[in-house]
Amino acid sequence: MKLITIAGPPSSGKTAVTIKAIAALQREGVHVGVVKFDSLSTQDQSVYEKQGVAVMSGLSGNLCPDHFFVSNVSDCLSWGAEKGFDLLVIESAGLCNRCAPHIQGVLAVCVIDNLSGVDTPKKIGPMLKMSDVVVITKGDIVSQAEREVFSYRVRQVNANGTIINVNGLTGQGGHELGKLLLNAPETPDLDGRLLRFSMPAALCSYCLGQRKIGSDFQMGNVKKMDFK
Amino acid sequence: MLIDTENRELLSLPTAELLRLAPFAGDFFSSLGLELPAEEISTADYFASLDAELLEDLGLERQTLAERFTAFMELLENLKSGIDNAHIESITIRGGHDKSGRAEEFDLTVKPGEVICIVGPTGSGKSRFLADIEWMAQGDTPTGRTILINGAAPDPSQRFSIEHKLVAQLSQNMNFVMDLTVEEFITMHAESRMVDDIPSVTAAIIKLANDLAGEKFTPQTPVTALSGGQSRALMIADTSCLSTSPIVLIDEIENAGIDRKRAVHTLVDKRKIVLMATHDPILALMGDRRLVFKNGGISAIIETSNSERANLALFEEMDAKLGAVRNALRNGERISHTPLLA
Repeated sequence: MKLITIAGPPSSGKTAVTIKAIAALQREGVHVGVVKFDSLSTQDQSVYEKQGVAVMSGLSGNLCPDHFFVSNVSDCLSWGAEKGFDLLVIESAGLCNRCAPHIQGVLAVCVIDNLSGVDTPKKIGPMLKMSDVVVITKGDIVSQAEREVFSYRVRQVNANGTIINVNGLTGQGGHELGKLLLNAPETPDLDGRLLRFSMPAALCSYCLGQRKIGSDFQMGNVKKMDFK
Repeated sequence: MLIDTENRELLSLPTAELLRLAPFAGDFFSSLGLELPAEEISTADYFASLDAELLEDLGLERQTLAERFTAFMELLENLKSGIDNAHIESITIRGGHDKSGRAEEFDLTVKPGEVICIVGPTGSGKSRFLADIEWMAQGDTPTGRTILINGAAPDPSQRFSIEHKLVAQLSQNMNFVMDLTVEEFITMHAESRMVDDIPSVTAAIIKLANDLAGEKFTPQTPVTALSGGQSRALMIADTSCLSTSPIVLIDEIENAGIDRKRAVHTLVDKRKIVLMATHDPILALMGDRRLVFKNGGISAIIETSNSERANLALFEEMDAKLGAVRNALRNGERISHTPLLA
Protein backbone atom coordinates (compact mmCIF):
# COMPACT_ATOMS: atom_id res chain seq x y z
CA MET A 1 0.00 0.00 0.00
CA LYS A 2 1.14 3.53 -0.77
CA LEU A 3 1.04 6.04 2.08
CA ILE A 4 0.71 9.83 1.83
CA THR A 5 0.72 12.49 4.53
CA ILE A 6 -1.14 15.71 3.81
CA ALA A 7 -0.61 18.71 6.05
CA GLY A 8 -1.33 22.40 5.84
CA PRO A 9 -2.70 25.35 7.81
CA PRO A 10 -6.39 25.29 8.85
CA SER A 11 -8.83 26.10 6.05
CA SER A 12 -6.16 25.94 3.37
CA GLY A 13 -8.28 23.45 1.45
CA LYS A 14 -6.66 20.14 2.43
CA THR A 15 -9.90 18.18 2.40
CA ALA A 16 -11.23 19.83 -0.75
CA VAL A 17 -8.15 19.12 -2.86
CA THR A 18 -7.73 15.63 -1.39
CA ILE A 19 -11.31 14.81 -2.39
CA LYS A 20 -10.75 16.07 -5.94
CA ALA A 21 -7.59 14.03 -6.28
CA ILE A 22 -9.26 10.93 -4.84
CA ALA A 23 -12.24 11.32 -7.16
CA ALA A 24 -9.86 11.26 -10.13
CA LEU A 25 -8.09 8.19 -8.75
CA GLN A 26 -11.38 6.38 -8.06
CA ARG A 27 -12.36 6.88 -11.71
CA GLU A 28 -9.24 4.95 -12.60
CA GLY A 29 -10.13 2.14 -10.22
CA VAL A 30 -7.68 3.00 -7.41
CA HIS A 31 -9.00 1.98 -3.97
CA VAL A 32 -8.28 4.90 -1.60
CA GLY A 33 -8.81 5.26 2.15
CA VAL A 34 -8.40 8.31 4.39
CA VAL A 35 -7.54 8.92 8.01
CA LYS A 36 -8.44 12.42 9.15
CA PHE A 37 -6.81 13.86 12.26
CA ASP A 38 -8.43 16.78 14.03
CA SER A 39 -8.49 18.22 17.51
CA LEU A 40 -12.01 18.93 18.74
CA SER A 41 -14.43 17.83 16.09
CA THR A 42 -14.44 17.12 12.42
CA GLN A 43 -17.09 17.43 9.76
CA ASP A 44 -14.74 16.08 7.16
CA GLN A 45 -15.69 12.48 7.88
CA SER A 46 -19.08 12.96 6.22
CA VAL A 47 -17.51 14.93 3.37
CA TYR A 48 -15.34 11.92 2.54
CA GLU A 49 -18.18 9.45 3.06
CA LYS A 50 -20.33 11.37 0.59
CA GLN A 51 -17.60 10.81 -1.95
CA GLY A 52 -17.70 7.08 -1.19
CA VAL A 53 -14.30 7.10 0.49
CA ALA A 54 -13.64 4.84 3.48
CA VAL A 55 -12.58 7.19 6.27
CA MET A 56 -11.49 6.97 9.89
CA SER A 57 -11.31 10.06 12.15
CA GLY A 58 -8.94 10.60 15.05
CA LEU A 59 -9.69 13.36 17.56
CA SER A 60 -6.76 14.38 19.72
CA GLY A 61 -8.84 16.24 22.31
CA ASN A 62 -6.52 17.95 24.79
CA LEU A 63 -3.36 16.38 23.37
CA CYS A 64 -1.19 18.01 20.76
CA PRO A 65 -2.74 16.77 17.49
CA ASP A 66 0.60 16.18 15.80
CA HIS A 67 2.02 14.17 18.70
CA PHE A 68 -1.26 12.26 18.73
CA PHE A 69 -0.75 11.62 15.01
CA VAL A 70 2.71 10.07 15.49
CA SER A 71 1.47 7.83 18.29
CA ASN A 72 -1.25 6.46 16.03
CA VAL A 73 0.25 6.44 12.57
CA SER A 74 1.37 2.77 12.63
CA ASP A 75 -2.15 1.71 13.56
CA CYS A 76 -3.50 3.82 10.70
CA LEU A 77 -1.24 1.90 8.33
CA SER A 78 -2.42 -1.46 9.71
CA TRP A 79 -6.06 -0.40 9.33
CA GLY A 80 -5.42 0.59 5.71
CA ALA A 81 -3.67 -2.68 4.95
CA GLU A 82 -6.53 -4.64 6.53
CA LYS A 83 -9.06 -2.77 4.38
CA GLY A 84 -7.01 -3.57 1.30
CA PHE A 85 -6.51 0.00 0.07
CA ASP A 86 -4.10 0.70 -2.77
CA LEU A 87 -3.42 4.09 -1.27
CA LEU A 88 -3.93 5.56 2.20
CA VAL A 89 -4.06 9.31 2.77
CA ILE A 90 -3.47 10.69 6.25
CA GLU A 91 -4.70 14.23 6.61
CA SER A 92 -3.40 16.21 9.57
CA ALA A 93 -5.26 18.78 11.64
CA GLY A 94 -2.98 21.57 10.49
CA LEU A 95 -2.81 23.68 13.61
CA CYS A 96 0.77 24.64 14.15
CA ASN A 97 3.02 26.06 11.43
CA ARG A 98 6.15 24.71 13.08
CA CYS A 99 5.09 21.06 13.07
CA ALA A 100 5.53 18.59 10.25
CA PRO A 101 3.87 15.22 10.49
CA HIS A 102 5.97 14.16 7.51
CA ILE A 103 7.86 10.87 7.57
CA GLN A 104 11.08 9.99 5.77
CA GLY A 105 10.38 7.84 2.72
CA VAL A 106 6.64 8.63 2.73
CA LEU A 107 5.26 11.08 0.16
CA ALA A 108 4.70 14.37 1.99
CA VAL A 109 2.18 16.92 0.71
CA CYS A 110 1.69 20.45 2.03
CA VAL A 111 -1.42 22.44 1.10
CA ILE A 112 -1.30 26.22 1.37
CA ASP A 113 -3.57 28.87 -0.08
CA ASN A 114 -2.94 32.07 -1.99
CA LEU A 115 -5.34 33.99 0.24
CA SER A 116 -3.02 33.58 3.20
CA GLY A 117 -0.74 36.21 1.65
CA VAL A 118 2.72 36.25 0.09
CA ASP A 119 4.56 36.35 3.42
CA THR A 120 3.05 33.07 4.58
CA PRO A 121 5.57 30.69 2.93
CA LYS A 122 8.27 32.23 5.13
CA LYS A 123 6.23 31.64 8.27
CA ILE A 124 5.62 27.93 7.75
CA GLY A 125 8.31 25.56 8.99
CA PRO A 126 9.25 22.00 8.04
CA MET A 127 5.62 21.26 7.08
CA LEU A 128 6.24 23.31 3.92
CA LYS A 129 10.01 23.36 3.64
CA MET A 130 10.40 19.57 3.81
CA SER A 131 7.42 18.50 1.73
CA ASP A 132 7.73 16.73 -1.62
CA VAL A 133 4.60 18.22 -3.16
CA VAL A 134 3.27 21.70 -2.46
CA VAL A 135 -0.36 22.21 -3.44
CA ILE A 136 -1.35 25.85 -3.82
CA THR A 137 -5.09 26.53 -3.62
CA LYS A 138 -7.54 29.42 -4.05
CA GLY A 139 -5.68 30.75 -7.07
CA ASP A 140 -8.93 31.76 -8.76
CA ILE A 141 -9.64 34.58 -6.36
CA VAL A 142 -6.33 36.42 -6.22
CA SER A 143 -4.60 38.42 -8.92
CA GLN A 144 -2.20 36.80 -11.36
CA ALA A 145 0.64 38.91 -9.95
CA GLU A 146 0.02 37.67 -6.41
CA ARG A 147 -0.19 34.09 -7.67
CA GLU A 148 3.19 34.44 -9.35
CA VAL A 149 4.81 36.06 -6.31
CA PHE A 150 3.29 33.42 -4.05
CA SER A 151 4.69 30.48 -6.02
CA TYR A 152 8.04 32.22 -6.22
CA ARG A 153 8.10 32.60 -2.44
CA VAL A 154 7.17 28.94 -1.99
CA ARG A 155 9.99 28.05 -4.35
CA GLN A 156 12.37 30.17 -2.26
CA VAL A 157 11.82 28.05 0.83
CA ASN A 158 11.32 24.71 -0.93
CA ALA A 159 13.46 24.66 -4.03
CA ASN A 160 13.16 20.94 -4.76
CA GLY A 161 9.51 20.20 -4.14
CA THR A 162 6.90 19.89 -6.88
CA ILE A 163 4.51 22.84 -6.92
CA ILE A 164 1.02 22.28 -8.26
CA ASN A 165 -1.99 24.59 -8.35
CA VAL A 166 -5.30 22.95 -7.57
CA ASN A 167 -8.72 24.54 -7.43
CA GLY A 168 -10.65 22.80 -4.65
CA LEU A 169 -13.98 24.04 -6.02
CA THR A 170 -13.78 23.28 -9.74
CA GLY A 171 -11.28 20.47 -9.32
CA GLN A 172 -8.88 21.97 -11.88
CA GLY A 173 -5.55 20.28 -11.13
CA GLY A 174 -7.15 17.49 -9.07
CA HIS A 175 -6.52 14.85 -11.69
CA GLU A 176 -2.89 15.93 -11.91
CA LEU A 177 -2.49 15.83 -8.12
CA GLY A 178 -3.90 12.29 -8.20
CA LYS A 179 -1.13 11.32 -10.63
CA LEU A 180 1.48 12.72 -8.25
CA LEU A 181 -0.02 10.81 -5.32
CA LEU A 182 0.26 7.58 -7.29
CA ASN A 183 4.02 8.15 -7.45
CA ALA A 184 4.22 7.59 -3.69
CA PRO A 185 6.48 4.70 -2.70
CA GLU A 186 5.03 1.55 -1.15
CA THR A 187 5.06 1.67 2.67
CA PRO A 188 4.88 -1.85 4.12
CA ASP A 189 5.42 -0.70 7.72
CA LEU A 190 6.50 2.30 9.73
CA ASP A 191 8.19 0.93 12.82
CA GLY A 192 11.62 2.49 13.19
CA ARG A 193 11.00 5.10 10.51
CA LEU A 194 11.97 8.70 11.26
CA LEU A 195 9.91 11.83 11.22
CA ARG A 196 11.43 14.34 8.81
CA PHE A 197 11.83 16.81 11.63
CA SER A 198 11.49 16.80 15.39
CA MET A 199 8.16 18.05 16.69
CA PRO A 200 8.27 21.11 18.93
CA ALA A 201 9.15 20.29 22.48
CA ALA A 202 6.31 20.76 24.92
CA LEU A 203 6.86 19.69 28.44
CA CYS A 204 6.05 22.44 30.91
CA SER A 205 3.55 22.84 33.71
CA TYR A 206 0.93 24.11 31.25
CA CYS A 207 1.16 20.86 29.27
CA LEU A 208 0.16 19.15 32.50
CA GLY A 209 -2.94 21.21 33.08
CA GLN A 210 -1.66 24.24 35.01
CA ARG A 211 -3.93 27.28 34.50
CA LYS A 212 -2.43 29.88 36.84
CA ILE A 213 -0.25 32.62 35.33
CA GLY A 214 3.03 33.73 36.95
CA SER A 215 6.65 32.61 37.27
CA ASP A 216 5.90 30.55 40.38
CA PHE A 217 3.72 28.27 38.31
CA GLN A 218 6.06 27.81 35.35
CA MET A 219 8.05 24.62 35.46
CA GLY A 220 9.90 22.41 33.01
CA ASN A 221 10.72 23.46 29.46
CA VAL A 222 10.06 27.21 29.76
CA LYS A 223 11.43 29.78 27.33
CA LYS A 224 11.42 33.53 27.93
CA MET A 225 11.17 36.36 25.40
CA ASP A 226 14.04 38.78 25.21
CA PHE A 227 12.83 42.38 25.64
CA LYS A 228 16.27 43.99 25.71
CA MET B 1 25.10 31.45 -16.61
CA LEU B 2 26.47 30.00 -13.40
CA ILE B 3 26.68 26.24 -13.34
CA ASP B 4 26.02 24.03 -10.39
CA THR B 5 29.62 23.77 -9.16
CA GLU B 6 29.91 27.54 -9.33
CA ASN B 7 26.80 27.80 -7.20
CA ARG B 8 28.58 25.63 -4.67
CA GLU B 9 31.63 27.88 -4.84
CA LEU B 10 29.38 30.80 -3.94
CA LEU B 11 29.13 29.21 -0.51
CA SER B 12 32.72 30.15 0.28
CA LEU B 13 32.48 33.76 -0.89
CA PRO B 14 32.33 36.52 1.70
CA THR B 15 28.76 37.84 1.91
CA ALA B 16 29.69 41.27 0.51
CA GLU B 17 31.12 39.61 -2.60
CA LEU B 18 28.16 37.23 -2.89
CA LEU B 19 25.66 40.09 -2.82
CA ARG B 20 27.66 41.98 -5.44
CA LEU B 21 27.50 38.97 -7.80
CA ALA B 22 23.90 38.04 -6.97
CA PRO B 23 21.94 40.89 -5.38
CA PHE B 24 18.89 38.68 -4.81
CA ALA B 25 20.89 36.15 -2.76
CA GLY B 26 19.96 38.08 0.38
CA ASP B 27 16.39 36.79 -0.05
CA PHE B 28 17.64 33.31 0.78
CA PHE B 29 18.40 34.26 4.37
CA SER B 30 15.29 36.32 4.96
CA SER B 31 13.00 33.68 3.44
CA LEU B 32 14.23 31.19 6.05
CA GLY B 33 13.98 33.69 8.90
CA LEU B 34 17.77 34.07 9.20
CA GLU B 35 19.65 37.35 9.54
CA LEU B 36 21.97 38.45 6.75
CA PRO B 37 25.52 37.28 7.56
CA ALA B 38 28.16 39.94 8.25
CA GLU B 39 29.92 41.23 5.11
CA GLU B 40 33.24 39.46 5.59
CA ILE B 41 31.79 36.05 6.56
CA SER B 42 31.22 33.35 3.95
CA THR B 43 27.87 31.60 3.72
CA ALA B 44 29.45 28.25 4.64
CA ASP B 45 31.05 29.71 7.80
CA TYR B 46 27.80 31.43 8.66
CA PHE B 47 25.91 28.12 8.48
CA ALA B 48 28.52 26.48 10.72
CA SER B 49 28.27 29.29 13.26
CA LEU B 50 24.48 29.27 13.65
CA ASP B 51 23.16 28.42 17.08
CA ALA B 52 21.64 24.93 17.28
CA GLU B 53 18.70 26.21 19.30
CA LEU B 54 17.93 28.89 16.72
CA LEU B 55 17.90 26.28 13.95
CA GLU B 56 15.61 24.05 16.01
CA ASP B 57 13.25 26.97 16.55
CA LEU B 58 13.20 27.80 12.85
CA GLY B 59 12.68 24.18 11.92
CA LEU B 60 15.93 23.95 9.96
CA GLU B 61 18.64 21.30 9.86
CA ARG B 62 22.23 22.50 9.58
CA GLN B 63 23.34 19.78 7.16
CA THR B 64 20.60 20.69 4.65
CA LEU B 65 21.38 24.42 4.61
CA ALA B 66 24.17 24.24 2.01
CA GLU B 67 21.96 22.13 -0.24
CA ARG B 68 19.08 24.59 0.19
CA PHE B 69 21.38 27.48 -0.63
CA THR B 70 22.64 25.82 -3.81
CA ALA B 71 19.10 24.99 -4.89
CA PHE B 72 18.06 28.58 -4.23
CA MET B 73 20.89 30.01 -6.30
CA GLU B 74 19.98 27.62 -9.10
CA LEU B 75 16.41 28.81 -8.92
CA LEU B 76 17.57 32.41 -9.31
CA GLU B 77 19.61 31.48 -12.37
CA ASN B 78 16.76 29.50 -13.89
CA LEU B 79 14.33 32.33 -13.36
CA LYS B 80 16.65 34.82 -15.01
CA SER B 81 17.47 32.57 -17.94
CA GLY B 82 13.86 31.36 -18.15
CA ILE B 83 12.78 34.92 -18.79
CA ASP B 84 15.48 35.40 -21.41
CA ASN B 85 14.96 32.08 -23.15
CA ALA B 86 11.21 31.61 -23.06
CA HIS B 87 11.02 31.29 -26.83
CA ILE B 88 7.68 29.82 -27.66
CA GLU B 89 6.88 29.92 -31.34
CA SER B 90 3.79 27.77 -31.22
CA ILE B 91 1.60 25.66 -28.98
CA THR B 92 -0.31 22.78 -30.53
CA ILE B 93 -3.35 21.18 -28.97
CA ARG B 94 -4.03 17.75 -30.41
CA GLY B 95 -7.66 16.75 -29.92
CA GLY B 96 -8.72 13.96 -27.58
CA HIS B 97 -12.35 13.16 -26.88
CA ASP B 98 -15.40 14.63 -25.11
CA LYS B 99 -17.19 13.22 -22.05
CA SER B 100 -19.05 10.62 -24.15
CA GLY B 101 -15.84 9.46 -25.79
CA ARG B 102 -16.57 11.13 -29.13
CA ALA B 103 -13.26 12.02 -30.79
CA GLU B 104 -12.37 15.67 -31.22
CA GLU B 105 -10.83 15.68 -34.64
CA PHE B 106 -8.50 18.63 -34.69
CA ASP B 107 -4.93 19.78 -34.34
CA LEU B 108 -4.99 23.37 -33.21
CA THR B 109 -1.77 25.36 -33.44
CA VAL B 110 -1.68 28.81 -31.86
CA LYS B 111 1.09 31.37 -32.17
CA PRO B 112 2.13 34.46 -30.20
CA GLY B 113 -0.04 37.45 -31.08
CA GLU B 114 -3.14 35.39 -31.87
CA VAL B 115 -6.48 35.86 -30.18
CA ILE B 116 -8.59 32.75 -29.63
CA CYS B 117 -12.09 33.00 -28.19
CA ILE B 118 -13.62 30.29 -26.04
CA VAL B 119 -17.40 29.93 -26.11
CA GLY B 120 -19.84 27.52 -24.52
CA PRO B 121 -22.00 27.17 -21.42
CA THR B 122 -20.76 26.59 -17.87
CA GLY B 123 -19.58 23.03 -17.39
CA SER B 124 -18.89 22.50 -21.09
CA GLY B 125 -15.21 21.76 -20.50
CA LYS B 126 -13.46 25.14 -20.61
CA SER B 127 -11.64 24.65 -17.28
CA ARG B 128 -10.53 21.16 -18.29
CA PHE B 129 -9.14 22.59 -21.54
CA LEU B 130 -7.02 25.09 -19.62
CA ALA B 131 -5.92 22.44 -17.17
CA ASP B 132 -4.77 20.32 -20.13
CA ILE B 133 -2.62 23.20 -21.38
CA GLU B 134 -1.25 24.03 -17.91
CA TRP B 135 -0.34 20.40 -17.25
CA MET B 136 1.05 20.02 -20.80
CA ALA B 137 -1.16 16.95 -21.16
CA GLN B 138 0.38 14.00 -22.97
CA GLY B 139 -2.72 11.88 -23.42
CA ASP B 140 -2.74 11.42 -19.64
CA THR B 141 -5.75 13.54 -18.70
CA PRO B 142 -9.47 12.67 -18.86
CA THR B 143 -9.76 14.28 -22.33
CA GLY B 144 -6.83 12.38 -23.83
CA ARG B 145 -5.49 15.59 -25.39
CA THR B 146 -1.82 16.17 -26.19
CA ILE B 147 0.02 19.48 -25.94
CA LEU B 148 3.07 20.20 -28.07
CA ILE B 149 5.44 23.13 -27.62
CA ASN B 150 7.13 24.34 -30.82
CA GLY B 151 5.85 21.17 -32.49
CA ALA B 152 7.40 18.71 -30.04
CA ALA B 153 6.51 17.07 -26.73
CA PRO B 154 7.73 19.31 -23.88
CA ASP B 155 10.34 18.21 -21.36
CA PRO B 156 8.37 16.70 -18.43
CA SER B 157 10.40 18.75 -15.93
CA GLN B 158 8.74 21.87 -17.32
CA ARG B 159 5.40 20.75 -15.94
CA PHE B 160 6.20 22.08 -12.49
CA SER B 161 8.81 24.75 -13.05
CA ILE B 162 7.34 28.12 -12.17
CA GLU B 163 9.42 29.81 -14.87
CA HIS B 164 7.83 27.67 -17.59
CA LYS B 165 4.23 28.10 -16.55
CA LEU B 166 2.22 28.26 -19.76
CA VAL B 167 -0.92 30.07 -18.68
CA ALA B 168 -1.45 33.35 -16.85
CA GLN B 169 -5.09 33.74 -15.85
CA LEU B 170 -6.84 37.06 -15.47
CA SER B 171 -10.07 35.90 -13.95
CA GLN B 172 -13.14 38.00 -13.38
CA ASN B 173 -13.51 37.43 -9.66
CA MET B 174 -9.91 38.22 -8.79
CA ASN B 175 -9.04 40.25 -5.71
CA PHE B 176 -5.97 41.89 -4.35
CA VAL B 177 -5.27 40.28 -1.01
CA MET B 178 -2.38 42.57 -0.21
CA ASP B 179 -2.73 46.02 1.22
CA LEU B 180 -0.08 47.82 -0.84
CA THR B 181 0.07 50.84 -3.11
CA VAL B 182 0.06 50.21 -6.85
CA GLU B 183 3.76 51.06 -7.00
CA GLU B 184 4.73 48.75 -4.12
CA PHE B 185 2.62 45.99 -5.58
CA ILE B 186 4.19 46.09 -9.04
CA THR B 187 7.66 46.46 -7.51
CA MET B 188 7.09 43.30 -5.47
CA HIS B 189 6.09 41.41 -8.60
CA ALA B 190 9.07 42.75 -10.56
CA GLU B 191 11.42 41.68 -7.75
CA SER B 192 10.12 38.13 -7.89
CA ARG B 193 10.91 38.23 -11.61
CA MET B 194 14.51 39.42 -11.03
CA VAL B 195 13.95 42.38 -13.34
CA ASP B 196 17.03 44.57 -13.74
CA ASP B 197 15.61 48.08 -13.74
CA ILE B 198 12.66 47.74 -11.38
CA PRO B 199 11.69 51.45 -11.06
CA SER B 200 11.42 52.03 -14.81
CA VAL B 201 9.54 48.76 -15.45
CA THR B 202 7.14 49.66 -12.64
CA ALA B 203 6.59 53.15 -14.03
CA ALA B 204 5.98 51.78 -17.53
CA ILE B 205 3.38 49.30 -16.26
CA ILE B 206 1.51 51.98 -14.30
CA LYS B 207 1.49 54.28 -17.32
CA LEU B 208 0.22 51.50 -19.57
CA ALA B 209 -2.52 50.59 -17.09
CA ASN B 210 -3.61 54.21 -16.93
CA ASP B 211 -3.84 54.33 -20.71
CA LEU B 212 -6.23 51.39 -20.58
CA ALA B 213 -8.31 52.47 -17.59
CA GLY B 214 -11.13 54.96 -17.97
CA GLU B 215 -10.44 56.72 -14.69
CA LYS B 216 -6.82 57.45 -13.82
CA PHE B 217 -5.00 56.30 -10.70
CA THR B 218 -1.60 57.16 -9.25
CA PRO B 219 1.35 55.01 -8.14
CA GLN B 220 0.30 55.82 -4.56
CA THR B 221 -3.27 54.53 -4.92
CA PRO B 222 -3.77 51.42 -2.74
CA VAL B 223 -4.51 48.40 -4.92
CA THR B 224 -7.54 47.63 -2.79
CA ALA B 225 -9.03 51.03 -3.70
CA LEU B 226 -8.92 50.37 -7.46
CA SER B 227 -12.22 49.95 -9.32
CA GLY B 228 -12.95 46.74 -11.20
CA GLY B 229 -11.90 48.31 -14.49
CA GLN B 230 -8.72 49.80 -13.02
CA SER B 231 -7.76 46.46 -11.45
CA ARG B 232 -8.29 44.74 -14.77
CA ALA B 233 -6.21 47.38 -16.56
CA LEU B 234 -3.40 47.06 -14.02
CA MET B 235 -3.33 43.28 -14.24
CA ILE B 236 -3.38 43.32 -18.04
CA ALA B 237 -0.48 45.80 -18.12
CA ASP B 238 1.37 43.85 -15.43
CA THR B 239 0.88 40.46 -17.08
CA SER B 240 1.86 41.74 -20.50
CA CYS B 241 5.15 43.15 -19.15
CA LEU B 242 6.14 40.85 -16.27
CA SER B 243 4.60 37.43 -16.74
CA THR B 244 6.73 34.81 -18.50
CA SER B 245 3.67 32.78 -19.43
CA PRO B 246 3.14 32.78 -23.20
CA ILE B 247 -0.62 32.31 -22.90
CA VAL B 248 -2.92 34.77 -21.19
CA LEU B 249 -6.44 33.66 -20.39
CA ILE B 250 -9.03 36.35 -19.82
CA ASP B 251 -12.57 35.55 -18.84
CA GLU B 252 -14.87 38.27 -20.11
CA ILE B 253 -13.68 41.87 -19.88
CA GLU B 254 -16.59 43.72 -18.36
CA ASN B 255 -17.76 46.76 -20.25
CA ALA B 256 -16.85 49.31 -17.60
CA GLY B 257 -13.82 51.37 -16.73
CA ILE B 258 -11.49 49.81 -19.29
CA ASP B 259 -10.85 50.13 -23.01
CA ARG B 260 -11.50 46.50 -23.95
CA LYS B 261 -10.10 46.62 -27.46
CA ARG B 262 -6.89 48.31 -26.37
CA ALA B 263 -6.53 45.86 -23.52
CA VAL B 264 -6.54 42.95 -25.96
CA HIS B 265 -4.22 44.80 -28.35
CA THR B 266 -1.76 45.41 -25.50
CA LEU B 267 -1.41 41.67 -24.92
CA VAL B 268 -1.17 40.99 -28.65
CA ASP B 269 1.55 43.63 -29.01
CA LYS B 270 3.55 41.88 -26.27
CA ARG B 271 3.35 38.67 -28.32
CA LYS B 272 1.04 36.85 -25.94
CA ILE B 273 -1.33 34.14 -27.09
CA VAL B 274 -4.65 35.48 -25.88
CA LEU B 275 -7.37 33.02 -24.91
CA MET B 276 -10.57 34.85 -24.14
CA ALA B 277 -13.67 33.28 -22.66
CA THR B 278 -16.26 35.74 -23.91
CA HIS B 279 -19.75 36.04 -25.26
CA ASP B 280 -19.32 39.74 -25.97
CA PRO B 281 -19.84 40.26 -29.72
CA ILE B 282 -17.17 42.95 -30.07
CA LEU B 283 -14.50 40.94 -28.27
CA ALA B 284 -15.51 37.72 -30.01
CA LEU B 285 -15.05 39.39 -33.41
CA MET B 286 -11.53 40.44 -32.42
CA GLY B 287 -10.62 36.77 -32.20
CA ASP B 288 -8.99 34.93 -35.06
CA ARG B 289 -10.92 31.77 -34.13
CA ARG B 290 -13.58 30.60 -31.75
CA LEU B 291 -13.41 27.28 -29.96
CA VAL B 292 -16.91 25.96 -29.30
CA PHE B 293 -17.15 23.80 -26.17
CA LYS B 294 -19.83 21.18 -25.67
CA ASN B 295 -20.07 18.12 -23.42
CA GLY B 296 -16.47 18.36 -22.23
CA GLY B 297 -14.98 18.62 -25.70
CA ILE B 298 -14.35 21.10 -28.50
CA SER B 299 -17.21 20.51 -30.90
CA ALA B 300 -16.18 23.07 -33.53
CA ILE B 301 -13.49 25.60 -34.39
CA ILE B 302 -14.92 28.60 -36.20
CA GLU B 303 -12.63 30.95 -38.11
CA THR B 304 -13.88 34.51 -37.83
CA SER B 305 -15.04 35.33 -41.36
CA ASN B 306 -14.95 38.67 -43.13
CA SER B 307 -18.72 38.77 -43.25
CA GLU B 308 -18.84 38.31 -39.48
CA ARG B 309 -16.29 41.09 -39.06
CA ALA B 310 -18.39 43.34 -41.26
CA ASN B 311 -20.82 43.51 -38.32
CA LEU B 312 -18.17 45.01 -36.10
CA ALA B 313 -18.84 48.62 -37.10
CA LEU B 314 -22.54 48.18 -36.32
CA PHE B 315 -21.85 46.56 -32.93
CA GLU B 316 -19.43 49.31 -32.03
CA GLU B 317 -21.99 51.95 -32.90
CA MET B 318 -24.56 50.20 -30.67
CA ASP B 319 -21.97 49.89 -27.95
CA ALA B 320 -21.15 53.59 -28.16
CA LYS B 321 -24.85 54.46 -27.85
CA LEU B 322 -25.25 52.33 -24.76
CA GLY B 323 -22.05 53.78 -23.37
CA ALA B 324 -23.43 57.28 -23.81
CA VAL B 325 -26.58 56.32 -21.90
CA ARG B 326 -24.44 54.89 -19.15
CA ASN B 327 -22.49 58.13 -18.93
CA ALA B 328 -25.72 60.10 -18.85
CA LEU B 329 -26.86 58.01 -15.90
CA ARG B 330 -23.54 58.55 -14.17
CA ASN B 331 -23.84 62.30 -14.67
CA GLY B 332 -27.35 62.38 -13.25
CA GLU B 333 -29.06 63.16 -16.56
CA ARG B 334 -32.40 61.93 -17.80
CA ILE B 335 -32.11 59.18 -20.35
CA SER B 336 -34.83 60.61 -22.58
CA HIS B 337 -32.69 63.74 -23.03
CA THR B 338 -29.87 61.76 -24.58
CA PRO B 339 -29.80 62.78 -28.23
CA LEU B 340 -28.08 59.56 -29.31
CA LEU B 341 -31.26 57.60 -28.61
CA ALA B 342 -33.17 59.54 -31.18
